[in-house]
Amino acid sequence: MQFSDLIIPLTVFLIILFGLFRGVSLFDIFLKGAKNGLNSTITILPSIVGLVTAVSMLKASGAIDLLCHGLSYVFKPLGFPSEVLPLAILRPVSGGASLAILNDILNSYGPDSFAGRVASVISGSTETTFYTLTVYFAATHAKDSRYTLKSALLADATGILLASVAVHFFLN
Amino acid sequence: MLNYIWGFILLAAVIFGIFTGRIAEVGEAAIAGAGEGATLVLGMLGVMCFWTGLMEIAEKSGVIHCVASLLRPLTRFIFPKLEKNDPAHGAIVMNIAANLLGMGNAATPLGLRAMQLLDERNCGKKRASNEMCLFVLINTASLQLFPTTLLLLRQMTGSANPGEIIVPVWIVSISALFVGIFSAKLFQKRG
Repeated sequence: MQFSDLIIPLTVFLIILFGLFRGVSLFDIFLKGAKNGLNSTITILPSIVGLVTAVSMLKASGAIDLLCHGLSYVFKPLGFPSEVLPLAILRPVSGGASLAILNDILNSYGPDSFAGRVASVISGSTETTFYTLTVYFAATHAKDSRYTLKSALLADATGILLASVAVHFFLN
Repeated sequence: MLNYIWGFILLAAVIFGIFTGRIAEVGEAAIAGAGEGATLVLGMLGVMCFWTGLMEIAEKSGVIHCVASLLRPLTRFIFPKLEKNDPAHGAIVMNIAANLLGMGNAATPLGLRAMQLLDERNCGKKRASNEMCLFVLINTASLQLFPTTLLLLRQMTGSANPGEIIVPVWIVSISALFVGIFSAKLFQKRG
């Protein structure tokens, strides 16, 4: 039994136990939340369909393979899988587009391949930086966000480069 | 920005397809890809329902408050200039706790509230305060303990062990956030 096998069952157990102690009407509240989950997942369907289709078409045209092949001369020696680069580029820009690309990488190379694992770690450890920055500062009077974008992109770059190191170290 | 990226991807696909002689495949992908997109979302539907339902229970039972109080020493260290009982500090901690638990729906309103309170402390100036910059920076890092969508996608594509990436994900996101905050503190000193 591994630690990662325990995480999900233990979370479910603790949440239910905690809810029971606090007198939450478990199933009613569950249903309320699940309905919200249903709505928000269905709302993203159009954008995911649009983005997955676009990525599939670009993939079918051979453009992604050619780009990755070209970039592999630079990145392979660094130990970074070039197949993951489209994800690294789009990740800070769009959540939907990076989901579409991640889906494509996992399907093409397999989730347990080196590229699949690195893509997974990048997706799990970075965010849609530009979107967050825009939405959060829009709630204020501040127009000058100073060093925020620089630092955020520096953090993203760290996450992307470190992802391949972490996969090498822990999983391969 | 996405308007241009999306348009560019589609145009590039068609132009490239003509040059490589794979235009038939591009046409097929337009049909198959749309189906695949819908299958992807519908495949996620069940887990998303279950998980947000479970998180609703966690929210109602006050797990956010527990996690928030555990985080307070850390946020006091990151935001030393905020008063201990400042409502802005409260909103910041609650936002981070909601992010950690993957409650995106709860995290965003809390985060925007925190930004507005920080904006008041900054007297609505055009130049963002260090607290505002740092707080946004924390929100551009992925702090989620369980990357639900990612685990699900790995399972759907046939991973032998979808959860094996969790520990690397934690280490990478914490390191990235550390680099972000560290660089921010350096930039602050430069003014």
